[in-house]
Amino acid sequence: METAVALKLAFKKTFPVLCGYLFMGMAFGILLNEAGYGFLWAFFISLFAYSGSMQFVLVEFLISFPSLVTAALTTLLVNARHIFYGLNFTGIFRRMGKAYPYMIFSLTDETYSVNCAMLAAEKDEKYDKCRFFVNLLDHCYWVTGCTAGCLIGELLPFDFTGVEFAMTALFVTIVVEQWLNGKTHFPAVTAVAVSLICLALFGADAFLLPALILISAALTAVSGVEKRKEKKSGSKEDTCGE
Amino acid sequence: MNDTLNAILIIAVVAAVTFFTRAVPFILFGGKRRMPEIVRRLAGYLPAGIMAALVVYCVKDDITGSAASAAVSLFAVALTAALHIWKRNSIISILGGTAVYMVLIRLI
Repeated sequence: METAVALKLAFKKTFPVLCGYLFMGMAFGILLNEAGYGFLWAFFISLFAYSGSMQFVLVEFLISFPSLVTAALTTLLVNARHIFYGLNFTGIFRRMGKAYPYMIFSLTDETYSVNCAMLAAEKDEKYDKCRFFVNLLDHCYWVTGCTAGCLIGELLPFDFTGVEFAMTALFVTIVVEQWLNGKTHFPAVTAVAVSLICLALFGADAFLLPALILISAALTAVSGVEKRKEKKSGSKEDTCGE
Repeated sequence: MNDTLNAILIIAVVAAVTFFTRAVPFILFGGKRRMPEIVRRLAGYLPAGIMAALVVYCVKDDITGSAASAAVSLFAVALTAALHIWKRNSIISILGGTAVYMVLIRLI
């Protein structure tokens, strides 16, 4: 496939991501600026720590400076879903040579879903160039949105106090979305209950780490019990698809 | 200066762990090995749990602060959720919730 054709196809496929990423990226940039960081920070964070939700948590980290252990564990848990994303692409990405590490690095939620959609009719090797551009374009949209948002926050003489609620709102919409789509609600209910208890016990500055550990432990325990239960009935699920 | 270094360290940790989570299937399950059933299950449950915990994390200062700030925060959360149930459009929910929050904290 010619480069121009691949790029054009990738642009068409990623257009919805363009809209979403510019908007969320700008929200991130404005937020980061409110936290006291300039556009170069926004540029480098979105370039290297390329992740949606986690970047919003990172803003909070850059204000309150938790320990590196808390930062690492939170990132691991917030991004835990990514552990599954690569499963369908191990073969495809590996044959892409030099682009292989970048394809892994840039596999965000939205990029994953575009790549998943391409698994049906465009699994062929000739689409690999397009796949690469899909990942690259998404990354560009995000970096552009984040940096632009930070510049807007810097240059516009508007008091953005309270804009940090965008982060809360983002997580609320994700929870609602999962709630409406999910079969079980106990993970969310358990998490809120544990978090509130930990908040009361440890206070606002220190509750996150114990809460995350307890939530993971509780959900692991439930997973273990369910696995044993289901071993008798025995069913297998597939991996791709949200 | 110390804060700058600290910030860079935190960003580096977040970047490294993010890359790590994305690389796990390629490192561990690239071959024919299947992911253990319990890990599969846990990763199905974790996102909903962690995101819910993050909502609490986001409102932690408001709900442990004054009654007014707690009320504004909880109202804006409820409004965002209601908007999302109604329209199922993240941009509308986030814009709406944030705008109302920004107005309310200036009024109350």
